Amino acid sequence: MWDIMRDQGVLLLIGQYPNGPLGGLVATVLLAILGLALSFPCAILLALGRISPYRAFRSISSAIVQTMRGTPLLLVIFWSYFFLPLVIGHAVSGFTTMVGALVIYESSYLAEVLRSGIEALPKGQVEAARSLGLSYWRTNYLIILPQALFNTLPSLLGQFVSIIKETSLGYVISVNEFTFAAAQVNSVLLTKPVQVFSILAITYFLLCSSLTQTARWLEGRIARRRSGQVGRVVKVMPLPEPAP
Amino acid sequence: MIRFEKVSKWYGSYRALTHVDAQVETGQMVVLCGPSGSGKTTLIRTVNRLEPIEQGRITVNGEDVNSPGSSINRLRSNIGFVFQQFNLFPHMTVLQNIIFGPMKIRGMAQKLAIEKAEGLLDRVGLLAKAEVFPEQLSGGQAQRVAIARALAMDPPVLLFDEPTSALDPEMVGEVLSVMKGLTREGMTMMCVTHEMGFAREVADQVWFMDKGQILERAAPSDFFSRPIHLRAQRFLTDLAH
Repeated sequence: MWDIMRDQGVLLLIGQYPNGPLGGLVATVLLAILGLALSFPCAILLALGRISPYRAFRSISSAIVQTMRGTPLLLVIFWSYFFLPLVIGHAVSGFTTMVGALVIYESSYLAEVLRSGIEALPKGQVEAARSLGLSYWRTNYLIILPQALFNTLPSLLGQFVSIIKETSLGYVISVNEFTFAAAQVNSVLLTKPVQVFSILAITYFLLCSSLTQTARWLEGRIARRRSGQVGRVVKVMPLPEPAP
Repeated sequence: MIRFEKVSKWYGSYRALTHVDAQVETGQMVVLCGPSGSGKTTLIRTVNRLEPIEQGRITVNGEDVNSPGSSINRLRSNIGFVFQQFNLFPHMTVLQNIIFGPMKIRGMAQKLAIEKAEGLLDRVGLLAKAEVFPEQLSGGQAQRVAIARALAMDPPVLLFDEPTSALDPEMVGEVLSVMKGLTREGMTMMCVTHEMGFAREVADQVWFMDKGQILERAAPSDFFSRPIHLRAQRFLTDLAH
């Protein structure tokens, strides 16, 4: 495995860059970050739409969310890949297509997480903010979302982790990401699929589990701060050893 | 200061308020009492349009609360509201809870807002708790912070919706004494409460409500010694037991 990493490490890490498109692990991380950064504001709008007092907003957001939640991501990727160029009239790179598909799909899931977080807050929070004279948008931005985000942090992070994993589906439309690079390496070496795909699996695992751990740490920290235990020694759950 | 004119409200087909006609003068402390479900909380919540009304008119300082033309946010910023459940913002410290309104809504500079907040915290006896989060406060402390938060906006009117009902009995006194202080300063207030001793001591007027109507409006001395309405007499006897 080590010699594969040594010989093909660069390809796995950044693809054919700078001689070709950026790929490999870096592209995967970039896809995930872009997917996340763009789907997040969409998710907030969808979530607010789902609980809007106005029926029109509710219907539109619910239609989007329910369609996406009832569709396999692979299908959304195919749709974006084959229909998007037809609609806008020119070719779109696989990378952009993948980001688009991820955003459409993931914002629906994130929206549902956020909505549950918002609905779980006591109604008095909105009332207290509005009674001070705060507008609808600022109430959401300053009072409701900070609390809803904190309360749903575990599920949100879970969703972020699934975005990372979902980027591997970019393989089917030849996006130069990590899985694609591994498949390339595999077809060069031909005889070492177990090793190549083990590297792939371990890397995904490390990436995702470190994110989960960070989230857990962050959550604990905020909770301790609120209950006034900053600085005290608090028992922390031991990190699980990554599987070899 | 606050005027209700033929105010009616329905929840679906249930009539929560029926032709409420009444007025709170500037500097007055009005206590609303009555059996549960009588519409006291609904009435007090209509004043800053937490509950919209279907009929009639409510004006605060001459401004129609429900007219589409009036800016509800500006209007609300001039009406302090204290809730039964405190509703402090849990993601902010006590101090941040209090400077939030002055800074975000009035645009006050942070330094001034903090000075003001510390003054208010001192007044409710909680200056030492400025940096803690609401989670760490007792119910009585939380409610005093909530009062300070409302006062930070310098509202000409203050509304209390059962401010002591969610408190353990030994904490009721500390909240009531803060409120008594406010009456001495001539704050215009409406308060829904079951604390009849408090009402008798500090109210300028007691409004007795039943089934969405104000049945009796009287000075506390009259109301508690000789209630006119049969329903009010029964209510007071029930409370005495």
